[in-house]
Amino acid sequence: MNIDSIKNGIVIDHITAGKGMKIYNLLGLDKLDCPIAIIKNVNSRKLGKKDIIKVDSDIHVDTDALGYIDPGVTVNVIKDCKLIEKKNISLPAKITNIIFCKNPRCITSTEQELPHTFRLTDTESKVYRCIYCETKAETK
Amino acid sequence: MRSLIDIQELSTEEINELIAVASDIIDNGAKYSSACRGKILATMFFEPSTRTRLSFESAMYGLGGNVISVSSAESSSAAKGESVADTARTISNYADIMVMRHPKEGAPLVAAMNSSIPVINAGDGGHNHPTQTLTDLLTIYREKGRLDNMTIGLCGDLKFGRTVHSLISAMSRYTGVKFILISPDELKVPSYVKRDILKKKGIEYVQTTDFESVIPELDILYMTRVQRERFFNEEDYLRLKDRYILTPEKLANAKADLRILHPLPRVNEISVAIDNDPRACYFKQVYYGKIVRMSLILKLLEVNV
Repeated sequence: MNIDSIKNGIVIDHITAGKGMKIYNLLGLDKLDCPIAIIKNVNSRKLGKKDIIKVDSDIHVDTDALGYIDPGVTVNVIKDCKLIEKKNISLPAKITNIIFCKNPRCITSTEQELPHTFRLTDTESKVYRCIYCETKAETK
Repeated sequence: MRSLIDIQELSTEEINELIAVASDIIDNGAKYSSACRGKILATMFFEPSTRTRLSFESAMYGLGGNVISVSSAESSSAAKGESVADTARTISNYADIMVMRHPKEGAPLVAAMNSSIPVINAGDGGHNHPTQTLTDLLTIYREKGRLDNMTIGLCGDLKFGRTVHSLISAMSRYTGVKFILISPDELKVPSYVKRDILKKKGIEYVQTTDFESVIPELDILYMTRVQRERFFNEEDYLRLKDRYILTPEKLANAKADLRILHPLPRVNEISVAIDNDPRACYFKQVYYGKIVRMSLILKLLEVNV
């Protein structure tokens, strides 16, 4: 299977197999009109199988959202067909408006304009808690 | 500019400093009587409260400052649908420091994020109530002369009682503290408190339903009220509310220097026959609550006396 290499854009690599579409939707890539490739179930030495997304446009990627959905992915930035930056994405310390607090006693339940922000409180077990009411985020 | 939303935001050194200033206020009150002259405290209570609001107001008057107040959500612009953020921005223009109680968890944090003056959380639903914990710590310190090396019995509703969880967390900072957790099975301390605080810090604790047998071991007995509003079912409330009632007979084998605390209001979990026992501290605790709030106001307004 051949997919053209990209000139200016990004490659999201080392995506856990099966999460490619989720990331595609989460990052709003469906709204772009540039060439995008989602490659699923590619053989990987590290992961066994992985997904890859290639975007042929110099877009901004929400690395916090990406890190929350799939920590361990890498984002390669390509300029003039050359790799100029490789970012290893880990669990973000804080995420905003990616998940939403469902606690009916939380201030976010009555004040719709407030951003839903969660803080990483336990790196080992990947626990995020609402900054307002400390309710644990439901597992993704 | 600094606010106090959660007791965890304070380092142990800061807690010790607040207690030291509070102790100095007790011993040398006169020198603080005009420390906050010209300053205004705004109390924003969107939920009923008597003692906490009056305690803050009395604290500010005790420092020579002034107080402006909103005493209920109905009498404020919140009733017109104003957001907490907008209320906080507005009040910032009228006062130097703001105290907020709100039924929604996190509301005082939203106020602090949008205010240009310090905000003190005076209770956000069943979530945080840091000045109650500071009150408890000052009471223990003043009555026992220390915050370390003691056995603390917590009795009653240990499941829903926010004061209990905060006190466990705050006292866990000090060495040699042992907890005896006395409650019916239905109202035990939640497992996350045991896992995240007690087990994580290797703190000794015992869980029991047997009140009388552990009383002789205690240096502090912290009684709590079983709160009707926490139960969906009236039958469960009625069954559990009278489970532990402290009477003079039960104190027969207690230590002479035991101190009995209660965040108040009391219903019937402490017999009035104990009120005059020198070991009963719950009304002194109200006094300490005012003093520690004075100390906190001074700290947040950065007033040095």
